[in-house]
Amino acid sequence: MKAVLTVTQLTKTFGGLHALDGVDLTIGRNEIVALIGPNGAGKTTLFNCLTGVYIPTGGSVEITSPEGHTTRLNGLKPDKVTSLGMARTFQNIRLFQNMTVLENVMIGRHCRMHAGIPGAILRNARTRREEKAVIDDSYRILENFQLDRYVNEFAKNLPYGAQRRLEIARAMATEPFLLLLDEPAAGMNAQETKDLDDLIVRLRNKEEISILLIEHDMKLVTSLSDRIFVVDYGRKIAEGTPAEVCCNPVVIKAYLGEEIDA
Amino acid sequence: MSEISEHKILFGWEEIKKSLLTCIWFMFLTFPIMVIQVNTIHRTVEWRWERLFFVGAGAFLLSFLWRYMIRRKEAGIKREETAQNTHQDLLQRLLSNPRFSRPALAVAVLFFLTFPLVFSLYQIDIMTTALIYVVVALGLNIVVGLAGLLDLGYVAFFAVGAYTYALLNVHFQLGFWICLPIGGALGFLFGVLLGFPVLRLRGDYLAIVTLGFGEIIRLVLENWNEFSFGPSGIANIPRPGFMGMDLALHQNHTYIYYLMVGLTVFTIFVVRRLQDSRIGRAWTALREDEIACQAMGINKTRTKLSAFAIGATWAGMGGVVFAAKTTFINPASFTIWESVIILCCVVLGGMGSIIGVVAGALVLKLLPEYFRAFSEYRMLVFGTVLVLMMVFRPSGLISSVRRVYRFEGRNKLEGQP
Ligand SMILES: Nc1ncnc2c1ncn2[C@@H]1O[C@H](COP(=O)(O)OP(=O)(O)O)[C@@H](O)[C@H]1O
Ligand SMILES: [Mg+2]
Repeated sequence: MKAVLTVTQLTKTFGGLHALDGVDLTIGRNEIVALIGPNGAGKTTLFNCLTGVYIPTGGSVEITSPEGHTTRLNGLKPDKVTSLGMARTFQNIRLFQNMTVLENVMIGRHCRMHAGIPGAILRNARTRREEKAVIDDSYRILENFQLDRYVNEFAKNLPYGAQRRLEIARAMATEPFLLLLDEPAAGMNAQETKDLDDLIVRLRNKEEISILLIEHDMKLVTSLSDRIFVVDYGRKIAEGTPAEVCCNPVVIKAYLGEEIDA
Repeated sequence: MSEISEHKILFGWEEIKKSLLTCIWFMFLTFPIMVIQVNTIHRTVEWRWERLFFVGAGAFLLSFLWRYMIRRKEAGIKREETAQNTHQDLLQRLLSNPRFSRPALAVAVLFFLTFPLVFSLYQIDIMTTALIYVVVALGLNIVVGLAGLLDLGYVAFFAVGAYTYALLNVHFQLGFWICLPIGGALGFLFGVLLGFPVLRLRGDYLAIVTLGFGEIIRLVLENWNEFSFGPSGIANIPRPGFMGMDLALHQNHTYIYYLMVGLTVFTIFVVRRLQDSRIGRAWTALREDEIACQAMGINKTRTKLSAFAIGATWAGMGGVVFAAKTTFINPASFTIWESVIILCCVVLGGMGSIIGVVAGALVLKLLPEYFRAFSEYRMLVFGTVLVLMMVFRPSGLISSVRRVYRFEGRNKLEGQP
């Protein structure tokens, strides 16, 4: 299996705090990988280092596109990373609150569009064609995510579950081959979680993308993922199939230890 | 919530009690200055009790009114939270209804086209100035209203435009029509130059640094005598020529007026198209959430700079017309106060809303001219209006609405969840 993402010895320190301490991680094509660990383990920090929000202190991040181009991501800006084909969602929903649902997805199409300022002012045939295509594409994406009834609604007025879905829809609009989801089921009820489960599986099967997700809901994680990585205090403490990881004493200790602390 | 219970909240006993407290507190505080008066000549103390009554009644009424308005506003917000994007107030509904907006537009066009035929030279002049502010405010609207970058030094670009025309004319005898695009281009260039250092800043930090830049430009113009002729400024700047003809004074003012109407229409046209394009959406996204915006593949640097630069372009062109219209400029025309006024046009009118900004600029420039009698209280009125607007109508006179897209036949539910 060819890897789409290869992380080697990734380190990130904040002052004296080692938020990430030599993490190795690979994700194969069309694979769903879960990243779990207690709160404060460094999961979101890992996402931020992968997507260019933070600059890693050490180590390397490389992605390989389906066409076979390998790019080293260290030090690249978030927008560059996205246009290379890695998209993400956020733990705290970060939608464009005062824009409509459709516009949120249209923003996702931004990096696949070309119209510049002259095009915007002159509105030539090419720009008009592009604009129309973007509206149609975005609408289709919304239909896929069952968000089409909210098209002209402000993003902030959507129910919570729909906001989470919209964030994924928006990320998918950037045409990624690797999607990072940061706690997509957080705050969802059982039914919404179930729908999310179906959605992620459907995404993987239909769009042929790889997914790395951070999640606390173990039921969701075990049903979804091909492999699980466990991190604690910035270190990877275990990895393997869901069955292997669940019985791993180190993992149990990490989680139990946290429960006693809490 | 039913009508009755809503009214109970609006006029509750609780509210009256609070207002009464405010009123007593006010009477107590102002007692020494309002009631007691020491007559130093007769060495007596006068007690003006009747004043206590006026202060009390005034304070009570104002406080009650204030509370009532706040309550109403909160009730409004609650209702709005459950409403959707298409929820609009009366003004917006009127404007988006073609049965009203078309005739309104026709009347506006007719008004502006026949204005010089009906009104005096003085009125034409005032309107021309107001239109210059409309154009400049529309430029600032891109920076502040769309991209959300609070720029307090915007007048610097206005100065760049004005000095471009004045200096090019003095040294190279370049005409108005050549200088207009040059002024715009130099505005753009300065927008990029001043934009670069402030890219990392946001919010109030950005505001303070841009304010500093604005002052720097003005100080340079004031002190670099060899370049800009210092505080004495540049006089006898020619008015724009009409195909090489020399025009009489009245004709000339009318000409500049129509030129400004043309430039305003052009500006509205361009800004509308920009707003509703890939780049315009990127600006709005940047205002909404910088991190998410970058995660969507939008280049933050380029987007911010383009907003800064395009906004500055309109200021540059406005500056050229300003210099041509007044025929005299000096650094005193480009103080921080001008930046604030232009910003007020945008904020009062409605950030991000073209028609709002146009209305805001017209109101803010025209009203002071027609109420010159009250010019002493101008600042007072200005401040009061601003505070009231911020509290009760933070989105401005005519707030912006997002574009609504229709998907005929496909949108089964018409967006009614
Ligand atoms: N920008 C930052 N500055 C300083 N410390 C940070 C920053 N971001 C995260 N941390 C710290 O890094 C650790 C890991 O945080 P995070 O990655 O958010 O954990 P989680 O696994 O819950 O997502 C925490 O101790 C957090 O306080
Ligand atoms: Mg986290």
